[in-house]
Amino acid sequence: MSTSSQATPSVAERRANAPHTSMFLRMLVRAAVLRRGRAASALLAMIVAAAVATAMMNLYVDVQAKLRKEFRSYGANVVVVGKDGASLPADALPKIESILSGRGMAVPFSYVVARTLSGQSVVVVGTDFDRVQKLNRWWSVSAWPSASQQALVGMRALSVVSPDGKPFDLTFQGRTIHLTAAGTLQTGAAEDSRVYLPVNEFTAWSGVAPSTIEIAANGTAEDVNGVVRRLAGALPTAEVRPVRQIVEGEARVLGKTRATLYAAAVLIILTAALCVLATLTGWVFDRRRDFAIMKALGASEGLVSSFFAAEAAALGAVGAALGFVVGIGIAAWIGRANFNATVVPRFSVFPVVLAGSVGVALLSAIVPMSLLRRVQPAMILKGE
Amino acid sequence: MFARLLYESFRRQKRRKLLAGVAITLGVAVATAMIAVATDIGDKINRELRSYGANLLVTPQEDTIDVEIGGVNLKPPSDGNFLSEADLPKIKGTFWRHNILGFSPMLPVNASVQIAAHAQDVTVLGTYFAKKLAFGKDQFTTGVENTHPWWKVDGSWPVDDSSEILVGEHLASKLAVHAGDTVAIAGQNLKISGLLSTGGSEDDQIVAPLHVTQQLLGRPDAVRRVYVSALTKPEDALARRDPKTMSGELWDRWYCSPYVQSIAYQLQEAIPHSHAEQIRQVAQNEGTVLSRIKGLMLLVTLAALLASALAVSAAMATAIFERRREVGLMKALGAGNLAVAALFFAESTLLAFFGGLIGFFAGSWLAHRIGRSIFDSQITIQPVLFPVIMAIAVIVTFAGSAAAIRRAVRFDPVFALRGDA
Repeated sequence: MSTSSQATPSVAERRANAPHTSMFLRMLVRAAVLRRGRAASALLAMIVAAAVATAMMNLYVDVQAKLRKEFRSYGANVVVVGKDGASLPADALPKIESILSGRGMAVPFSYVVARTLSGQSVVVVGTDFDRVQKLNRWWSVSAWPSASQQALVGMRALSVVSPDGKPFDLTFQGRTIHLTAAGTLQTGAAEDSRVYLPVNEFTAWSGVAPSTIEIAANGTAEDVNGVVRRLAGALPTAEVRPVRQIVEGEARVLGKTRATLYAAAVLIILTAALCVLATLTGWVFDRRRDFAIMKALGASEGLVSSFFAAEAAALGAVGAALGFVVGIGIAAWIGRANFNATVVPRFSVFPVVLAGSVGVALLSAIVPMSLLRRVQPAMILKGE
Repeated sequence: MFARLLYESFRRQKRRKLLAGVAITLGVAVATAMIAVATDIGDKINRELRSYGANLLVTPQEDTIDVEIGGVNLKPPSDGNFLSEADLPKIKGTFWRHNILGFSPMLPVNASVQIAAHAQDVTVLGTYFAKKLAFGKDQFTTGVENTHPWWKVDGSWPVDDSSEILVGEHLASKLAVHAGDTVAIAGQNLKISGLLSTGGSEDDQIVAPLHVTQQLLGRPDAVRRVYVSALTKPEDALARRDPKTMSGELWDRWYCSPYVQSIAYQLQEAIPHSHAEQIRQVAQNEGTVLSRIKGLMLLVTLAALLASALAVSAAMATAIFERRREVGLMKALGAGNLAVAALFFAESTLLAFFGGLIGFFAGSWLAHRIGRSIFDSQITIQPVLFPVIMAIAVIVTFAGSAAAIRRAVRFDPVFALRGDA
């Protein structure tokens, strides 16, 4: 008894001394706790909308990088050739590699026309097999050469150099090299008529240095243009040109995909926002009794409005935060399912999602509020 | 009585019904548009991928090998076999003719260009630019303008039957010639209609109408190779199998699928003494990119369906929750749970039906607009989509209302009428 009598004034005291904001906060929290069913469903709508919006924005930003990677399997997008068929300087490849600095791959090619024993001409190419394997993934190769004096022979060249699969000789400027066909190459293009050798064996035999370097440069169109400019500056004796067929095809397909994804993202985000708007409007409208009681107890118009606005904003913020996490998860799953690669979470999307969510939440609070403001509290409390 | 309740409910609560109806309409419209775009995007992107150029190459069957470095052919031009130009229109007579978007024959010859007193050896490539051909009653136009879209001309494209030529931009600066100039090749005066920029070996060549190079070579009707651009289906397990080992039924399926391999096979059948092969750089990568984009759109469509399902169910739940007083009244007057639920479900069905109907047409219009603005072509709405969309609309509306209806029905009428939610 004595403890409670001691406690009661202290509670009253505490309440009297408590700052004005604590009542405001208490109202906010109690409203959410007491009507947790409705609050939860509004929050759920908010979360799903924020999640879908986050996932779409993340995908939209990330998918271009992902698709660009896919497009790199088309092979080189930049070619460096010696002017008028001349060989490139010996330091060309290291220079190119330093300019690329890991954001791409460069493969040297050197060409000569050799003769077979029967006197037929065939183009022989020296290249780096490890790199070419990564650059030109569409090459259909039965077996890559692994030992010395082994060559990769194009499907059509095979019938000329070694129709019966026996070892063969090739002659260039009086020097002969003895080779066996390790495997055949099929591309459906000029490569089918050629014989490929490892670059060191090729140079030892023919003495011809690489005249072409094919480069697959990663990145956006501007990145690739930058690489082209820097290469042209570093290699004045060579001709550097983008492979238009590849660069333009990529730009076109990427542009269309982006535009479609953009349209889809706008539609989806709009739908999600409308869903939130519908749910939250209903939620606020449903609380017209609270509104009426607060007004009847003497709360000013501004206080009531700011209370509902704060409530909506809090809901929007919490929904956005939770939705962002879920959305990142969805984007990561889509990235894994479709591209077999992880989608990097873009935290730059968060402010946009947060602002959008709070904005939509505020909007859905304002509409019913302006309707309610016109009604007398007494009418609402009477239940009309 | 039931019908009257239903009717009055729609008549008296126009605002609420409209709100729910709008939500359903929007949801269905977005779902329709996304499904329509997703089902058609494969075809659209496939066409865009054709901007990478031809994916099939037809060469003479018993040809000598090419001796070619950097686009310069060192093989004597008369060496080897040729295809016949007269056989080319037959390409449009194959089973998958509608998938063949274009083809360009090529005939390179080496010639000496005479400008003033100066002579230079160059490669002259004969081809079609935009040649009008006919196969049976089928009229069509084909040539490099359509199979090699990255070729850019400064000036105008030559006419196929004329003696106009294009000069590669490198060669032009080397020879100091411009569009409008005339050059002499083997005694023939040819007018330069434009300068060609391709980023490839053609920049150092002269490109002429096919008949010009045939004349230079002295072999009318000769064609060295033909580039064919065809819409294909991404390779799958069946496409990779050797057609020679297939049983009858399987072979039919292979033959009647637009795989790049089966189109190559059909081209070989159509053109005598020819060998057709896929250009793997273009054909193989096409399949990968296409399936990636299709997969992406499928997943995005799923997200759109989820968002629209949620919008519909949220609107329905709100609409029903607002009417718990009405439920209380009905139950107080003796209505059973079943009767109340039936009324709500009937209302939902009506809303779903009309919302779905309007939404379907709105969505079709949206898909149409997307197709126009992004792909410059029509997005076809499959008629089968209509029942599917309607079913989705009804199911989603039902599912969205079910929880709310259950809660409304369970409500104690006393509390509902007193207003203690």
